[in-house]
Amino acid sequence: MDKKQEKQKDAGKVLIEELNQDEKESATHKRSFWNVITIPLLAILSGLIIGAFLIAATSTSVYTAFGQSFGKGITTAFSEIGSAYAALFTGSIGDPVRIFNALFSGDKEQIYKAINPFLESLVQATPYIFAGLAVALGFRAGLFNIGVEGQLFIGAACATFVGYAVKGLPVYIHMPLAFIAGGLGGALWGFIPGFLKATTGGHEVINTIMMNYIAFRLTEWLLSGPMTRPGSGGMPISPIIEESAQIPQFFPSPIRFHLGFFFALGFAWLIWWLLFKTKWGLNMRTVGTNPRAAKYAGLSVPKTTMIGMAISGALAGLAGAIQILAVNRSMALGLSSGYGFDSIALALIGNNHPVGVVLASILFGTLRNGATRMMVVSRIPIDIVDVLQAIILMLVAAPAIIRTIYRLKEPKEEETTVFVSGWGGGQ
Amino acid sequence: MTPILQLKGITKRFPGVLANDHIDLDLHKGEILALLGENGAGKTTLMNILYGLYQPDEGEILIGGEKVIINSPTDAINAGIGMVHQHFMLIPVFTVTENVMLGEETVKYGDFLDRKKAAKRIMDISKKYNLQVAPNDYIRDLPVGVQQRVEIIKLLYRDAEILIFDEPTAVLTPQEADELFSIMRSLSDQGNSIIFITHKLREVLDIADRIMVIRRGAVVGGTTPDQADKNSLAAMMVGREVNLEVEKTEKEAGDLVFSVKGLVVADKFQNIVVNNVSLNVHAGEIVGIAGVQGNGQTELVEAITGLRKSAEGEITLLSQDITKASPRQITELGSAHVPEDRQADGLVLPFPVAENLVLCTYYKEPFSKGVILQYKTILDHAEKLIEDFDIRTPSAMTPVSSLSGGNQQKVIIARELSRPIDFLVASQPTRGLDVGSIEYIHKRIVQKRDEGCAVLLVSPELDEIMELSDRIVVMYRGQIIADLPNKDVTKEQVGLMMAGVLPEEALAEGDQHAVEPAL
Repeated sequence: MDKKQEKQKDAGKVLIEELNQDEKESATHKRSFWNVITIPLLAILSGLIIGAFLIAATSTSVYTAFGQSFGKGITTAFSEIGSAYAALFTGSIGDPVRIFNALFSGDKEQIYKAINPFLESLVQATPYIFAGLAVALGFRAGLFNIGVEGQLFIGAACATFVGYAVKGLPVYIHMPLAFIAGGLGGALWGFIPGFLKATTGGHEVINTIMMNYIAFRLTEWLLSGPMTRPGSGGMPISPIIEESAQIPQFFPSPIRFHLGFFFALGFAWLIWWLLFKTKWGLNMRTVGTNPRAAKYAGLSVPKTTMIGMAISGALAGLAGAIQILAVNRSMALGLSSGYGFDSIALALIGNNHPVGVVLASILFGTLRNGATRMMVVSRIPIDIVDVLQAIILMLVAAPAIIRTIYRLKEPKEEETTVFVSGWGGGQ
Repeated sequence: MTPILQLKGITKRFPGVLANDHIDLDLHKGEILALLGENGAGKTTLMNILYGLYQPDEGEILIGGEKVIINSPTDAINAGIGMVHQHFMLIPVFTVTENVMLGEETVKYGDFLDRKKAAKRIMDISKKYNLQVAPNDYIRDLPVGVQQRVEIIKLLYRDAEILIFDEPTAVLTPQEADELFSIMRSLSDQGNSIIFITHKLREVLDIADRIMVIRRGAVVGGTTPDQADKNSLAAMMVGREVNLEVEKTEKEAGDLVFSVKGLVVADKFQNIVVNNVSLNVHAGEIVGIAGVQGNGQTELVEAITGLRKSAEGEITLLSQDITKASPRQITELGSAHVPEDRQADGLVLPFPVAENLVLCTYYKEPFSKGVILQYKTILDHAEKLIEDFDIRTPSAMTPVSSLSGGNQQKVIIARELSRPIDFLVASQPTRGLDVGSIEYIHKRIVQKRDEGCAVLLVSPELDEIMELSDRIVVMYRGQIIADLPNKDVTKEQVGLMMAGVLPEEALAEGDQHAVEPAL
């Protein structure tokens, strides 16, 4: 048995324990808690540093300045990087000066506008949370659900359909109904590969990828055929959903911050509770960690596989539903900017733990959101943010790189192994 | 004569642990030195120092009287030291020749591998030491015993003269172990020196020229096989008197608890591996299934515990038909199972001790109420079992993976025996454990039997079967060829039957042996 591998796989557990410990015991776990979060933090820092070089290297004004003199080149590079990251910050969190002034003036509208970047980051984070939870739950149950993107599209389609086709219901029925429809659509799309794995052994990685293609083409057909918006002239876009199906936004336009973000937090809590506080969760984690022991303990591995894939799919479907019901209000093909695939990375950064997923999602949402402003203000291509994300992910996924750069000690096996001489050894 | 290898005052510290405490060791040419000690006593650390994987904090290593510094396995090999690891370092998809050549390639025309020449050298070595291998076989197709021979050839190919065997018999069947011993003998006869690491007393007495015992990182004594016996060695190892004989009172067997009739089980290739097996176990009785590993015991146990479907036959537990029952249904009827492979089947290694202690019962009251796990109850339950079964763990929340093998097994024993049960299936319950642990687990099993539990014990260790069983069943090639009360057979007779000798002949043969000394 490869102990090292196991320890890595369950790094999330350390965090869980940390969160569950009462104060007396938590002191002994402090070190492992820091072990868990140092790597992601350093990865982000390193990503930003590498990103800075990229920003300088891709800026034409820096080259022109270097053409004039070396010193000028350096200062221009720094000012470029500075303005880009300032834009990233103000675009994602908000401009501190503006917030301060707005608060001081006491004008409600000014305040809303000033804190909008931060709120918009949370809007961006919402589908990430759902999709990240979908992947994390799958991993915990020993399933690699690459089909989140497809499940998200099916969920969105189902939510859209219920959203515009059902009419005359009050908000408190219609909105949950459409939301649940999204979850059920995703659940079905996840259940199919789960069922195939449980009954035939067909691997879920292959089957979920294939289900993605089916989902993309199916929604494309739906949107240009049965679900198309009347008068759109064959454009693949759905009708706008009924007002009663919309998840409310808290502030007047253009602020899009909506109730769905709190749904996402609620679901993160629910999944945490499910995984770590219920027997179903223990059941799933046992099957995910050691299927042979699970069978020995009397669990049904096929049943757990099907349920795990269905729940994972449902969460993915909810990611799609929330985007439709709270933000887009109608479905088009550009619904997702790759939430489904980014979510695999999110789950990884978050150690497959709901709290980790929420934090990682907010980070991703923030980067995405800030990138837009960075592009507008500093004319830095949005692709730089993609590169930045990719670098951060690589560094998180390969902790050895970070350990090497920052000369962190590898957690030594000898240090953690319990030395107990044979019992009966006396003394 | 100068010893070929000398260790002087070797000391190695790990954080919080003194793994080796001023160890002195001499090894002479052509000698087999057994290094005996419990798991965690420091044997492997010492050998890893000798093999260059660790550096000693103090002390020196002398080879042929000259001081050497060994910084890596390459240095060790150059100094003529070779090590056969417990887990083989072979590449399954390479042939024997390719594996042997790896890192020490025989080449022609510059960089082309000369497989023929290498194969010839392997054949020479193989003949010289009676190590039968076919150079062109792929490792993945070879039985474990032969793979081990390839490991030995690898060392001889590199001209190693000091061979270290780290728990070499842990993975072998008794026959393979015997073959290994004759190979070791022939190696030492031809001038090689061997350090043999083990915690099995019988092996030490069989093969060693000299014995060195290590406890808690320090040498506690040296002896020779003719001056020692099992009890004295065990006492040296453990540091107190160990009772190797299990105390067991005669006891009338009670009602029939478990029975199998005409059971047929096929493996995944549809070969019949359990053939028409019938067997009864009564309350308060230990039935031991003796047999060389791979004679269908694993599949029989899997069928009995619901992990494998049987093709034909009937299994009854407490007068209920459980032939088609699921593992959980069988467990709930009052059956417990100590699985053969504790890490693969019996435990979820990354999970804490507490969760592993409720692996089979977590879904029931009081560990769950509704769907919610009652962690407080689970932890209290764990604390109690840790205390009752003397499980050495820093806390109930420690992952089971960081416990020693013996303590891992105790977690399983505690989980299975603490439930109210009428039937226990114990499959190799002491595999790979040290003397102290074995003593403890045997006591617990006998205690269960005395309480009236029916016990089915499966073990390839003949000693274990002989000591614990009230009745002995011998399994050979999927069939039960003998079913006899323990008092009616000798160890030699069971051994013969395990090798496929029919009971009538074995019993007659055994009697002759028994009679001979009297004449």
